[in-house]
Parts: sequence; structure tokens; C-alpha cells
Amino acid sequence: MKILITIQENNVAPRFDLTSEVLIADCRDRQIIGIPRTILMTRPSSEELCGLIIKENISRVVCGGIEESHLQYLVWKKIEVLDAIIGPYLESLEKAKEGTLKTGTILPGAKKIRSMK
Amino acid sequence: MKPVSFATCNNFPVTEILNGVPHGVAILDRDLHVMEMNRFLEVLTGFANADARGVHADFILRSNIGNNEKLFRNVIETEEYLSISGDIISRHHKKIPVHFTVSPLKNESGDPAGLLVFIEDISALQCFDKKRHNMACLDKILGHSPKMQEMFELLPVLAHTDATVLITGETGTGKDMIAEAIHNASKRSRYPFIKVNCGALPESLLESELFGHVRGAFTGAVKDKPGLFRMAQDGTIFLTEIGDLPLTLQVKLLSVLDDMEFFPVGGGKKVRVNVRIIAATHRSLRVLVKKGEFREDLFYRLNVLRLHLPVLREREGDIRLLLDFFMREFSTGLHKSIKGYTPKALNILTAYAYPGNVRELRNIVEYAVNICQGAKIQKEGLPRYLFIPVEEKPPTSADERRDEYSEKAMPALDLPAEIGEKTVSGSWQDVEKEMIVEALKQTGGNRSRSAKILGWGRTTLWRKLNRHGLA
Repeated sequence: MKILITIQENNVAPRFDLTSEVLIADCRDRQIIGIPRTILMTRPSSEELCGLIIKENISRVVCGGIEESHLQYLVWKKIEVLDAIIGPYLESLEKAKEGTLKTGTILPGAKKIRSMK
Repeated sequence: MKPVSFATCNNFPVTEILNGVPHGVAILDRDLHVMEMNRFLEVLTGFANADARGVHADFILRSNIGNNEKLFRNVIETEEYLSISGDIISRHHKKIPVHFTVSPLKNESGDPAGLLVFIEDISALQCFDKKRHNMACLDKILGHSPKMQEMFELLPVLAHTDATVLITGETGTGKDMIAEAIHNASKRSRYPFIKVNCGALPESLLESELFGHVRGAFTGAVKDKPGLFRMAQDGTIFLTEIGDLPLTLQVKLLSVLDDMEFFPVGGGKKVRVNVRIIAATHRSLRVLVKKGEFREDLFYRLNVLRLHLPVLREREGDIRLLLDFFMREFSTGLHKSIKGYTPKALNILTAYAYPGNVRELRNIVEYAVNICQGAKIQKEGLPRYLFIPVEEKPPTSADERRDEYSEKAMPALDLPAEIGEKTVSGSWQDVEKEMIVEALKQTGGNRSRSAKILGWGRTTLWRKLNRHGLA
């Protein structure tokens, strides 16, 4: 199973459509295989990001705010979308691979975010 | 989290005060973490106040106003409030257009303590703007004259009914634009607006175009054609030059107006449509009815709501408005920096009768802007025909007048006495002579420069000087 997380600095990016960096991790039996890779988008774009998700054959997407149309598109493509996630992306990856992450989760690490710099 | 002085106001809990504000409000600390949110913002963002407390504002507001961190921190540092529009994405996946107003907050000792963020949902305003956009066509129709104001007041009334509208007016008065404006302001605006020029197609083709045909109806009808009436389903069909509609088709149109049903050419099955009809003509339908060229019953059926567009010469003050508007439009398009008209040019342009109305005015300005090389449009840069005097003729029908306009001559210039005496004292020869003299005066007798001003070659000027006895 491949997991994609939209990231901004060390956190899950607040908005899907403004994401310029994503992390892709291969998981098997709740374990991450190899080193997750990050991809820098040429420009923030929901459409291009959806294209990348399809191209990379992603099964689970972890993101922040996402618009209804893009959410529906991904769901229609049988991709699980865990949206409105707030917190550090590594924490979300841990929970996502274990299958315990739920839509709208504010991770404990979220309240420790001091600065977005 | 350390409580700050603004946590209470006269012993009223600040949350209660914020809940009384009809917009989203958030109080952020110096690190831009949410300290307090009102109920309105809870609804907007989809996050509960209790969950949002202590979380960085970027993750709760999820706005597109760029880097919140930088913008918000700048407000703390400069102590200057920020007002900016953008949008947020709620937890319910809805993108909401909002307006942010961010103000700095200070503690009791006057040190920066955080930020007060007002978030106004402007989606209703944007909806209103979209409605206004539907009236955008109206914005393109310029006019301050009382006659135009009357028409502007009438347009929304016409838009809110489904009754047939008959627009009359001379050529170039803007019948097409008005028809489109009525459609755009009506509840049918989401559906097609189909324009048909009844005078542009031969009778046999027009029937097929309007009502469609079935396969095999005539040679060449290899497949079914829906026709323009069916293409305008739920929308508006605009029949321009309705006075030119052949008599046979007038009968069919009358039956469509009465029953909203018709048979396509060669078809045996009636087709039902829901279309609003707007008709326009520059000809007098009453005269055509008298001549037997237009069916009286169709005339009365079309003449439900009548809108007569005023001619330009009757629109007081609008000529100047339109001259300036088109001058700006064309000079921008041609990347010229034309500032206006010289007084002489303006006198001529405002005194001209404009038989072709706004269309003619637009063309004159386009010509002048193209010709103009300086900062102002000169008299010499106007089309020559504006200076040709013609005899006043008794009024004729609009159609006849149109023919005169296009083929023979212009109506007489209604120039003020001083200009009339000076510039239009006689034939074209006199005008030409005067233009040459004027150019020579300007250049101190320099023929090369005079020829350039007049737009002629030096030899042409020499020939003309000889002809006028000025050499």
C-alpha cells in the first residue's frame, strides 16, 4: 500500500490545493518499506496533485483541507482520503500505516507547533 | 497558557462577547496559536473552539492569503492592522470566500500580546456580484440622458417577465445589446440566447433554420436538424429584423407564439418548446402592416412589451460620453496615449447628426484614433464626409433614410453658427482650400510639413495648391 502525505515543513500541509511538497511511503504489514521519498511539485495545483496520486498508484492520502470536488474525485478513484489532519507528518504517517488515523484528527504534536518558519 | 489582560472585559467572559459578533473572530497569541474562537468561526471552519485552542492558526483557518505566519507576524511587529480578502477551506470541504481584518492586541503594559482576527464570510456578496455580472451587459450600454435613464428603469421590469418584447429603434441604437441584457438579467440567463437575423437568409433556409427539419424532408436533409427554436429551449430567441420575415413564415411564427408548438419541416410530430421571444426591427411595423407586408395579428402578438430605443441625436449629453468612452477604448487597444479632442474637432463631433447612431459614432472615433498622431484628435483627423454639407430633406421612413445614408449622402450638419460659417461655407472644394490654408498657416508656409499634416504627398499638395490658385 502506498501512502501519500501532503506536507509543509514538518507538518501535514493545511491545504491540499496549496501543497507544494508531498511524501510518499510504501507500506506492507503496517511497516514502512525503504525510505519514504518526497516530491516537490512544480507549482501548487489540486489537479496536478490528483494526477500524481493516480500516477503513483496511491491507496491512502493524508492531507489537510481539501475541496469537495477533489475529495469526490479521489474517492471515485477508490483512494482512501484522510483529510483535515493537523499535526506533524511523521506522526500522521505512523498512524496512517497502522490504520488508526481518522479524518479530522488533531494529532498531539499539533499543539507543539511553535512556528511555521 | 498564560492569561492576558484582554481575557475579560468588565468581568464579562471574552468568549461571550465574541459570540455576540456576527462574524468569525479569533484571538491568537504571539506565537499565532488560537486562544479563543467565537461560535461563528467554529461554524465557518468546522473546528470546535476547544479543539482549536493551542493549535497554530494556519491549520485552523486554512486560508489562501499566502504565508499567514509572515503576514500575521508583520501585524504584531508593525502594529498596523491588515485587511485582505481570500478564502478558507472548511472541515466540511467547502471553500468559503472571506475577508480578513487582523489587528494587533497589547497587554496591560503595552507590549504586543497577540492578534485579533476578524473573518467575514463574503460568499453572499460574491453571489450578489454574480447577479450583477448578469447585468454586466447593461454596464456596456452607456447613457446619462433622461431617455436612456427611462430605458434603464424599464429593463429590469422587462427581464422579470416572460412576455414577448418588441424592440424598435433606428439602426445602430443598440437593439441587439438591449435584447442580450434583458436575457442576461432574466431567470432564463442560464439557458441559451439565440440570435436569428430574419433578413439574412432566404425563406426556404430560414424555415429550416428556425424550426428544424427531419431527415429526408428535402434534398440534402441527410439528418434531423433541431432548429434554433429547439436550441433555445428554456432560453431566449432573439429575432432581429423581424420586419424582413417572409409572410409565410409569419404565420408559422404566430402559431408558435400562441401555442409554443410547431412542426419541423417535413415532420409529422409536433414539437413543444419553452422559449421567450424578443423581436427587433428598425422598420415601422405599423407601416408594413398598412402596406400588407406584415401580418397585423403577428404585429399585435409581438407588440406585448414595446421598447423604443432613442436615436443618438435625441440623447442629450450622451454623444460626449460615448465619444470619450470609445476614444479611451480604441486608444488603449492601439497603445496610443490620446488625451482627448481639440475644441474644433469636438464641436464638429457633437454637432453631427449621427444617422447611424452609436455604431456610426463608434466608427468615426475608431477612424479618428487610428489617424491621430498626436495627443489630441484634431479636426483634420476626422472622416472627410463629416464636412460635406447636404440639403435638408423631408423626413422619410427609417428604411429609406438608411438607404440614403449608406449610398448617397449624409444628413446636413447641424453645426453651431460660428463653426458652420467657418468650416462648412460651401462645397468640398472650399473646405479643402481652407484646410490647405490652415495647414500652411500652421507650418509657416512649409509645404512638406503641410503635406504631412494633411496626409498627402508633396506633389498632391502642389497640384491642389495650383488648382485652388494658392501656388
